[in-house]
Amino acid sequence: MPPSPDMTRLPNRPGVGYKPQHFAGIMENAGQVEWLEIHAENYTGDGGRPLAQLRALAEIFPFSVHGVGLSIGGEAPLDPDHLARLKHLCDWLKPASFSEHLAWSTHDTHFMNDLLPLPYTDETLARVSDHVAQVQDTLGRKMLLENPSSYLAFAESTYQEPDFLAKVVARTGCGLLLDVNNVFISANNQKTSPQDYIDAFAHEYVGEIHLGGHHADEDDQGNLLLIDSHGHPVVDPVWALYEYTLEKSGPKPSLIEWDDNIPDWPELESEAGRAAQILDGQTT
Amino acid sequence: MSVSQTQFITAVLDPLIGAPDGLIDPNGNPAGKRFDVYRNNVVASLSDALEVAFPVVQKLVGDVFFRAMAGVYLRRHPPTTPLLMFYGEYFADFLAGFEPVAQLQYLPDVARLEYAQRISYHAADAKPIDPAILQKITPDALMASHFTIAPAVQLIRSDWPIAAIWYENMDETAPKSQNRAEDVLITRPEFDPQIISLPAGSAAFVHSLMTGAPLSEALKQGTIANASFNFSEILGVLLTGAAIIDIT
Repeated sequence: MPPSPDMTRLPNRPGVGYKPQHFAGIMENAGQVEWLEIHAENYTGDGGRPLAQLRALAEIFPFSVHGVGLSIGGEAPLDPDHLARLKHLCDWLKPASFSEHLAWSTHDTHFMNDLLPLPYTDETLARVSDHVAQVQDTLGRKMLLENPSSYLAFAESTYQEPDFLAKVVARTGCGLLLDVNNVFISANNQKTSPQDYIDAFAHEYVGEIHLGGHHADEDDQGNLLLIDSHGHPVVDPVWALYEYTLEKSGPKPSLIEWDDNIPDWPELESEAGRAAQILDGQTT
Repeated sequence: MSVSQTQFITAVLDPLIGAPDGLIDPNGNPAGKRFDVYRNNVVASLSDALEVAFPVVQKLVGDVFFRAMAGVYLRRHPPTTPLLMFYGEYFADFLAGFEPVAQLQYLPDVARLEYAQRISYHAADAKPIDPAILQKITPDALMASHFTIAPAVQLIRSDWPIAAIWYENMDETAPKSQNRAEDVLITRPEFDPQIISLPAGSAAFVHSLMTGAPLSEALKQGTIANASFNFSEILGVLLTGAAIIDIT
């Protein structure tokens, strides 16, 4: 990697979700990995090893702060305490990017630690747009909104997901985080075409791509039900969909997410290496 | 029909309630097992968080029992913030009132010890004093001075040998615990919290310092608590643990 990367933007190169057990491996040889992403919630303590590692890594790598707990789709107002924590983290770390999910996770002050689904209606569009605007106003920066993985649908929905996301962009000026694994999972589970989804996506607003692993189950009818787990390597059809995506969008900052059954650093780095090869094919 | 988030969450947490109407598969059938994905994600991820936070409690009751107990806890006390690293705030109190573990009377204090380690791990950094400064203060001034204790320091007083139980379960070669009360100090010399079983009277002394008493008063409290209280011994523990960050 170049000796002093631009810390204010994510390069159109591979990154990984940072795990503390990889600190030494990354410091010794980051290989193809050129930027890092953290889950914001894990770095809201007052001190100790997590923040010390983050300060050291932020000297070397551009960072993406990825929130998993803001509940942007929640029916209730955003939690002002949590928003303040995110602002504090972004103010001192000065990450190149901040992102959150098109989902909800908090209800009635209870945090469920899962990205729960939303009906795509005008009512949801208004609420999500208000919340995204509030986040951007508070943080004083543009945020990226990520497409979820879905296992079921709401009978009441009136928008397709790519249209819904494009409408949030139009109303708020936010960017998008395109999770290609989630597209693959949702398309399988909803019996739609992942390529059609990619074709319909507003790629010009995409600031980051996510790639990750999933596992397979079955629904009541015996249909294949794919479940997002971030506990396995990226499967070949998702790599193929990633290539298909880059042909539409051009190169993008591309992140390997691996949050469960976390492998040793060399294995994670080699997943990033595979993304690097595909990105190289794009830019040459 | 529309599905409210209240309906959704109620069904997620209560397996006896079916998936809300209005949630469907691609053919318009009721969501069924598809809804269970969310149910499993919520219960599994919160149970995992408790396992990570309370490994010794888990070892003491066994994996299967812990998982079942976690299911009860997470429904009674769902997280109230997205900071999962601090989830389990009420776990010790929950255990104290959870009838199936009533015979394990030490269990709540073991949970307190594990949670205190978590708090210590994430506490603010603070530069310890240079021990040489103690030589430069006159004895009278020292007696009247206040010791500021590092934010990462935690004190737990128990009727049970919780440090010995903790070591015994983390390290098979550790000596077996004796049936006695134990006061435990957690210090964080750098990044890793250290668990120290305190000598007699020391907990009263440290507690006194932590609540703002001058050294003379803290020494008095230590000696009242136990006649064999030894100031130089506990001072050594505090200095080694980077536990004193200011003397004023």
